[in-house]
Formats: sequence, structure tokens, C-alpha cells
Amino acid sequence: MSRLEVVKTGKLWIGGSWPRSESGRTFTVEAPDGSVHSRCALASRKDARDAVEAARAGWSSWSGATALLRAQILYRAAEMMESRADEFVSALTLEPSLKPASARKEVGASVDRLVTFAGWCDKYQQVLGCQNPVTGPYHNFTIPQSVGIVAVLAPPTPSLLGLVTMVATAAVPGNAVVAVAPRQAALVAVLLGEVLAVSDIPDGAINLLTGDVRELLEPLASHREVQVVLGAGLSKGQRTSLREVAAQGVRRVHALPWKQDDWLEDHLVAAPWQLERVLDFKTLWHPCAV
Amino acid sequence: MTDQDTAVADVNGLDWDYSPAPERTRPEIASTYGLFIDGVFQPAQDERTFVTTNPATGARLARVAQAGAADVDLAMQAAKNAARPWARLSGRQRGKYLFRLARRIQECARELAVLETMDGGKPIKESRDVDLPLVAAHFFYHAGWADKLEWAFQGRPVKPHGVCGQIIPWNFPLLMAAWKLAPALACGNTVVLKPAETTPLTALHLAQLLQEIDLPPGVVNIVTGDGETGAAVAAHPALSKLAFTGSTEVGKALMRQTASRDIPLTLELGGKSPHIIFADAAMEQAIEGVVNGIWFNQGHVCCAGSRLLVEESILEPFVAALRDRMAQLRVGDPLDKNTDIGAINSREQLERIRTLVRLGQEEGAILHDVQTGPLPGKGWWFPPCFFTGVQPSHVVAREEIFGPVLSVMSFRTPEEAIRRANSTPYGLAAGIWTDKGSKIFDMAQRLEAGVVWCNTYNQFDPASPFGGVKESGFGREGGLHGLRAYVRGVDR
Repeated sequence: MSRLEVVKTGKLWIGGSWPRSESGRTFTVEAPDGSVHSRCALASRKDARDAVEAARAGWSSWSGATALLRAQILYRAAEMMESRADEFVSALTLEPSLKPASARKEVGASVDRLVTFAGWCDKYQQVLGCQNPVTGPYHNFTIPQSVGIVAVLAPPTPSLLGLVTMVATAAVPGNAVVAVAPRQAALVAVLLGEVLAVSDIPDGAINLLTGDVRELLEPLASHREVQVVLGAGLSKGQRTSLREVAAQGVRRVHALPWKQDDWLEDHLVAAPWQLERVLDFKTLWHPCAV
Repeated sequence: MTDQDTAVADVNGLDWDYSPAPERTRPEIASTYGLFIDGVFQPAQDERTFVTTNPATGARLARVAQAGAADVDLAMQAAKNAARPWARLSGRQRGKYLFRLARRIQECARELAVLETMDGGKPIKESRDVDLPLVAAHFFYHAGWADKLEWAFQGRPVKPHGVCGQIIPWNFPLLMAAWKLAPALACGNTVVLKPAETTPLTALHLAQLLQEIDLPPGVVNIVTGDGETGAAVAAHPALSKLAFTGSTEVGKALMRQTASRDIPLTLELGGKSPHIIFADAAMEQAIEGVVNGIWFNQGHVCCAGSRLLVEESILEPFVAALRDRMAQLRVGDPLDKNTDIGAINSREQLERIRTLVRLGQEEGAILHDVQTGPLPGKGWWFPPCFFTGVQPSHVVAREEIFGPVLSVMSFRTPEEAIRRANSTPYGLAAGIWTDKGSKIFDMAQRLEAGVVWCNTYNQFDPASPFGGVKESGFGREGGLHGLRAYVRGVDR
């Protein structure tokens, strides 16, 4: 008699802990043959608010870390992901249309994306900031700073590369992240959380929810502590309601327009100006005459 | 001795009051102004007009066309038709139009300054020494970017958006027009500009200069009117970029109005900016900074330092010194060169200021109002004042007053200062005064604001990016960062 497999239930990653949804809800991830592969927690509105709460503390420690430390931690995440590449490939190939070779390519690209963004942590400031030649005896310079908490609404596909790219983009400048992976991306999101959890990321700096964007869009975009919403793969209707909700608190909404293959393009997706969506420019003046 | 006595300082028994010093230049003001569409002035299609007045006298200055949806449509079409040839012009050619414009503005600076003061109420010394020089500088600075965009956005091919809708406020009418127009045009966009209802005249005189410099018709169109006109601009299908400076309330409405469209927005909204004075600050300079921070332009400044946070150990002497300094401010005829504080822009704004000040008193804050003499009999006036005994929960500590009203509070530690400073939905500007460098950088990093003035306040420059965070809006104007709002990446 063959061995009975243990079926895993993926949980949420909030504030460095692994709670189930407070709602108790789960959904099924199917294997290609229709059998139950695993289950994932179906995050509720309350889970989203809890994650934002955790992210407040996470922002403080993550933005307070030196740029070099953030770089090393993101690189550590790449190391941890590489060693679990096979697990990611098998999770991705649960989607029958994704061939193993494509899945392997996506995993490799995701690891490499983390490497690229790790390197940006202590460099984008010099590329995006500047000194301004004002007329008068003043030092005047413009520096990029983290915005606080960024909500990420990851695309259904490419599930891993999309999620990794958006989370890393938001995290590079020191923002805390609350990311929602849709059902199609839930399993890789759980695996990603397990990778990040052993990469020395401060508790709450990155939080991962699995569930329905439709349900979580409103509590995240209307939350006073969320400064920017970064979304991808959203329908026109979702973009509209996102912007309507975000208007309550003048929050920035960025809907990334990228199609499947665009996510592989480093010169596009990992370019420094993509970080501008998740940072604020602060201009400082000081007299330089006595 | 009362405050009134100290104001007219008769140190040696002499009357040291100033003699009148009126500005004598008078700009030519037409009796009626049309809309500037496709290079020509034209009446509104339904021939509606409104009156613009001098807030210092209440006198009518001119009748101005009220643009309706049909007029906005014409302006949008003109801008759309002009967009392609304007974008295809070489950067240097575009830049040369802007250089020309900067020169013409310098040549007409005095007339424009007087017109600005007459239509808006601000003191002539401000419109002459601050607004107009900055207007010209803004066009001059951006003119030079027009042929250098590929170096401004290295590694990233960019294109103009096309037709930009730009809606501007009444506190710096011509300067806001310059902030909006210069980067948009340098980057190859065409524009439909909507000036504020109470201050349309300098923008229309700017349109005359655009004709003089032979700017191609349709590149800039100016539609005057009220909120209805602005809403028509924001709703137009030809719009591909919207920039707005004004209240947070209207900013939110514009966000909702454009929510179903993928239109990039730049919003420069309200503020309640903290101005932090440490005990180790250079006291006399800090007093001047506070005066400039709140009473510049009657406090009609989105980044006004309207919440003063003073370290507790120096609160008493600082407030006394501020009171003495406030008593020296001269309120009155904006065209008098000695006037420090001019007229409130409109009756509506005056009512708002009065209401909020009354609420402040009702909530228990103490009003310090050192009026030095009678206010003019006609027009809209409000003397400079400040509140002490203000609690963070008071309306005067939370809401933008947009008038010459300062709220004074205190703090004990830098942590408390940061907490109080950041405890607001706004995040436009902030000021810090201390002689300790490390404290400045520590505070500047932690203040949630787009602009931080350290040992200075209310400085502006075309090369310096300006804009807010949180409910003060997003996007930057000025400098390299301001250009980004007027291009789109074509990297995919």
C-alpha cells in the first residue's frame, strides 16, 4: 500500500508569524489531475488590517537598517531561494500550461531579480537624488526616502516573478510591504514567505497574504497607513475602484501595465526609475553663508 | 504700555511712521478679456462673463469670459492639434520660445507685478521681488532643459504626454502658471490652463506675451472660469495628463473624477506645515523665519509654517519677541512699497479665516492680535495674529487656515517635536531651526514633508523640486524631478 501523503496548508505571513486567516477560511490548490495538492489560507479584510499594523513596526526597523544591510538581506533571500529552486519549479508547474523549462526560467529570473534589487539598495539614492543649483547662498539637495507602507497586489501570472519583482521593488528603499498574492499565485507566495522568513528580514517588513484582490483591495487602499498601492494584472474595473478608494486619503496608485514577457526584461522592470513609484523625494534647504 | 503704542515706536518722542510710498506704474487693463484659444482671444460661446475685482478696494477691474464645456472642448481640440508639431519641433527650438518668453516677462515685469497685486491683493514688494523674478527664472531654467531631455532621463527613452490640463490657484497666480507651463512646454506637451476665478488677469496678459513671441497657436490655451471650467478640463477625453494646485478637497475630487482613466496626475494640495524652533537656534534669524513662514503673502501659502513648535525652555521669550516683531508689520495698501501684509484675496476667504479664528477662540486658544492701526475701510483685510495655548486637537492646529494666522505650541524633546510635527494628514513642508548640524539632519530625515527648510523658510527656486507627501499630494514641480511629471517612458 502506497504511503499517504501529508497535505500542506499554506498560511499567511504577518509580522514574522504564520497565522491562519482569522476567518478560518481556506481554498484548495489543485494538482493537474484535479486532486487536492494543498490548501492555502484565504485572507480576510481583518487579516489585511492586521498585516498593515504589523508593517508599521516593520517599516521602522527596515527603513532604519543601513542600505548595505538591506542589500545583504535581499541577497540572502536570493541564496535561500536558489537552494529551493526545485520546490518553486514544481509549484509553478501545477499550472498545466506552464512547461517545466519555462518554470525553471521563471525561478532563475526571480532569483536573479532579487540579486539585482539587492544591489540597488545602496545605489538608487545616487542615481535618483541630486543637488540643485539654486540662486542664492543655499545648499539644496533632493533625496529619495521610503514612503512607509506599500500595498502590493501581485498579478496571477507570472505568479512568482511578478510577486518577487513587486515585493523587492517596494522593499529596496526601506518600505514595509503588505503583498496580496491571488489564488493562482498563492502556493509560490507561501514558498516565498518561507524563503524570506529565513533571510533575516525584520518582522513585519514584508507581509504576505493569499486571497482575492477583489476582497482585499478596499481595506488596503483605504487604510491611512498605506501610502502607495502597486498593482499588476488588474482589470479596468479594479483599477477604477482602487483609484476611487485611494482618493479618500490622496494615496498613490500605480497599475503596472506589463505583459507576461515584459517581466523578464531587466532593463525595464529592474530599472531604477521603477523605484520612484515607491519612494518620496524630499528637498532640503540650508543656508551656506554666515 | 499697550501693543498699539509700541508699534508706532516713538523712542525719542518722534513719530517714526512711514510716509506713503505708492507704486505709480499702472498696467493697461482692458474692460473685457476673452478666452485664449488656438492663439486668439475669443468670447465664451454662450457669451457668459464674470467680474474680477481688486480685493484691496472692492473695485471692478475687468470682465472676463466664463469658459463652459463647449469652450473647453475648443481649447482641448486646439491643444490636441498643436501637440504633434510641437512635440516634433527640435528641443532647441522649443527651448528658444521659452527663452524668448522669459525675456519678455523680464521686460514687462513691473506691469505684471502691479497687475498681480491689483488682482490678487498681495503686497507689491512681494509680487515685484519674489513672484515676477521667479516667473522669469522658471521659464529660463526650463527653456534650457528642452534640448537635454535625453540626458535628464538617461537610459530611458521618453515622450511627452500630449495634452496637459493644468488648474492653478489664486495665491501665486502668475508663478503657478509658470510652474505648470514651463516644464510641460519644455518636455513637448501642449496645455490647457485654467487660472483661478479670482485672479485671471496676469495669465491673460501672459497670453498676450505668448502671441508676441509667436508661440505656435494651440500650444497654450487659457480658459478662465470657476470650478465648472476646471471640471470640464478634467473630464475631457483628449486629456492625457492632469496637474492641479489647490485644496486637498478639490484634489480628492479630481482623483475620483479621473479614476476610470489611466491619466497621470500631479497634485500639489494643502498643508499645515510644522515650523520647529530649538532652544539652540539663532533667535533673531528664527523670528524672521517664522514671520516669513506664516505672514508671507497674507498666509495664502500652501506651505506656510502655520504650526509653530517652540522648545519649551524658550517659549516665553520667543513668543514675546514674535509679538514685538508682529507689531512692526504694516498692513494696508498692497501697492504701497512699504506694505508687508496686503489684502485677503476674496470675501469668501476672509469669511473662512474669520470662522476658523473664532473657532480657535471658542476652543480656548489665546489670540494675540496686535493691530497697529485702522484697517482700510474698503476691501478684505485680516491683521496678522497668532494663537498660544493651542492644543493639538484644536481646529486651528489641524486645519489649513490659508490666512495670516499662526498656532504656537511647544515641545520638550526632539522625539516629541517629530511626533507632533508628523501628526497631521498633510506633509507639504517643514522648518527646523537649530545651530546643531547633526540635529538638523536627524530631524530632516524624520519629518514627513516634501520640502524641509533648515534655518530658513519659504525659499523657492526653479531648480529646486517642490511638492508634498500624504494628503498634501504627489509629484514634484521644479528641478530635474519636476520634469518627470511631463514625460512618459516609452521603454515597452
